[in-house]
Amino acid sequence: MSEPAGEVLRLQGLCKSYNVGLATEVEVLHGLDMSLARSDFTALVGASGSGKSTLLNLIGLLDTLTAGELFLLGEPTRNMDDARRTALRGSAIGFVFQFHHLIPAFSALENVLMPLMIATGKPTAADTDLARSLLAEVGMEAFADRKTDQLSGGQQQRVAIARALIAHPALLLADEPTGNLDSRSSEDVFALFRRFNEKFGCAVLLVTHDERISSACDRMVTLDDGRIVADTHKGD
Amino acid sequence: MWIERTLAVRFLREGRIQSVLILVGIAVGVAVIVFLSALITGLQHNIIDRTLGTQAHIRVESPDEVNRVLSPAAGVVQLILESRRAQRLRSINNWQQVRDALDVLPEVTAVSPIISGPAFVRRGAAVESVALVGIDVDRYTRIIPLRDDIIAGQLRVGAGDAVIGNQLAHDLGVTLGDKLRLDAGEGRESVVNITGIFELGVRELDARYVYLDMKQAQSLLNLPGAATVIDVTVKDIFGADQVASRIARLTGLKAESWMQSNKQLMNALDSQRISTQMISFFVALSVALGIASVLFVSVIQRTREIGILRAMGITRRQMLWVFLLQGGVFGLAGSVLGGLVGIGLVWAFNNLGPKLFYIPVTPTLLLATSLLATITGVIAAAVPARRAARMDPVQAIRNV
Repeated sequence: MSEPAGEVLRLQGLCKSYNVGLATEVEVLHGLDMSLARSDFTALVGASGSGKSTLLNLIGLLDTLTAGELFLLGEPTRNMDDARRTALRGSAIGFVFQFHHLIPAFSALENVLMPLMIATGKPTAADTDLARSLLAEVGMEAFADRKTDQLSGGQQQRVAIARALIAHPALLLADEPTGNLDSRSSEDVFALFRRFNEKFGCAVLLVTHDERISSACDRMVTLDDGRIVADTHKGD
Repeated sequence: MWIERTLAVRFLREGRIQSVLILVGIAVGVAVIVFLSALITGLQHNIIDRTLGTQAHIRVESPDEVNRVLSPAAGVVQLILESRRAQRLRSINNWQQVRDALDVLPEVTAVSPIISGPAFVRRGAAVESVALVGIDVDRYTRIIPLRDDIIAGQLRVGAGDAVIGNQLAHDLGVTLGDKLRLDAGEGRESVVNITGIFELGVRELDARYVYLDMKQAQSLLNLPGAATVIDVTVKDIFGADQVASRIARLTGLKAESWMQSNKQLMNALDSQRISTQMISFFVALSVALGIASVLFVSVIQRTREIGILRAMGITRRQMLWVFLLQGGVFGLAGSVLGGLVGIGLVWAFNNLGPKLFYIPVTPTLLLATSLLATITGVIAAAVPARRAARMDPVQAIRNV
């Protein structure tokens, strides 16, 4: 893979339209250019409807672009088939959603192990140790064997973060990860992202409405009506 | 396949009430199919056993005698008014060779040449018309288990000995050790000892059959060394038709299978079988629809989980299998449960019911039912599973 040193993600003239070919065709992202380095800790901000979630879904390979190119770890992804996209998504990207989306039929520990179980099947002892240590990192060690519906919102979000990290993703995507939490839990969760960005060297991209969160990030990308209108680094 | 299996089982366990209800539904359906199939099999075996207890699977006879008509000279139109010839009693040509040839056919289990013809029996002033049947005891009992039907004396034919039915004995007022005068017409008469009395359970036969040694029957019927019929049994009774036509081709004789001579019965059996299959089919169909609708609901309920699993790297194919496996588990578990209930019903019928006949439950039936139910479950799951596999992860995650 020919990625420039430490580059995880690069967007080149990325466009996204809905209802392509129909009279109702509408372009929601207009030629975005941007790149993320491994050490980046970035907030993606913008008003509702500015295209943040659409962009996040594209970067997460959950959706396909209409024009331009999206390089993930140096690989062009626009014309990838579904199987390859799914595999790349599983290995390179970790997701944290606003509504945490744990699988209720499994315990907290099994939820953390899920990405590994999907990739390689029955978890090994080493996998389980890794999951337990990640749960310890997010302060959820004691709840490892609880069913997820016995956990509070903040606890569930911590489990979801541990899950997003278990496959050592190069890029951690979070869509309003604190949107559903009280301010105390929000700070805890944010601190976790910070720590993992430094510890595992995975790029973090947070979509957030919370100004306290976005201002605490190293870099802030502002989206307005499908265009990047500002890209500021803290040192600037 | 591990993760697919694990997800399938967990999803089933999580939707406990749904799973239990549909399992009970499948079990009831399977129990009905198992019981009904076993019942019909038992009933049909019973009927066939009774029918074939008194007749051979295939009856081989001389072909009918026909008039020979000279073909007309060229250019001449010939009109024929023909009356059929009367069929006289006559021997099968070279029946010993035919018997030996049939003996070595792989589908054939027993061959018994007999000579049979009409006669009268007299005792005092009473006269009854009967059918003389000259048999080779060893061969004949391999076809019709006559020994089991002897109710007095023994099955012994030979010089001057005869075995008659209980109805004939009753009509003539004779019993073991008494003598009968047989009259085959044209002055051919003979007096025989009654050494055995049988009861085949068919009134007509019990009133008419008089079993003799072949030699004695031959001389009474004035056909020295003859055999008029060769009875044959085959391994597969439902293959009797094919074997009969094969024998006919092989020997040039007339071979009639039990199915041809019992057309009414075959018709009844066929209708029974078809109606059973129809009922089974519709029960299976409603079970399949039940499984499909439960899984459909499950797919909708799990939209968000499917989305997040897709985001975490599960492939469409894996997602498909998660739901196909659930269908398979429903089918298998339901059929095991239903099989047990079916066995219970059959047991109750055999032990507590009217005991008209015995119903067998074969492992083959149970195995076939489980296999069929499992496959039905997987097929029923196909549509919901496809829906799960095709789900767009973006939509799935957004639709909280």
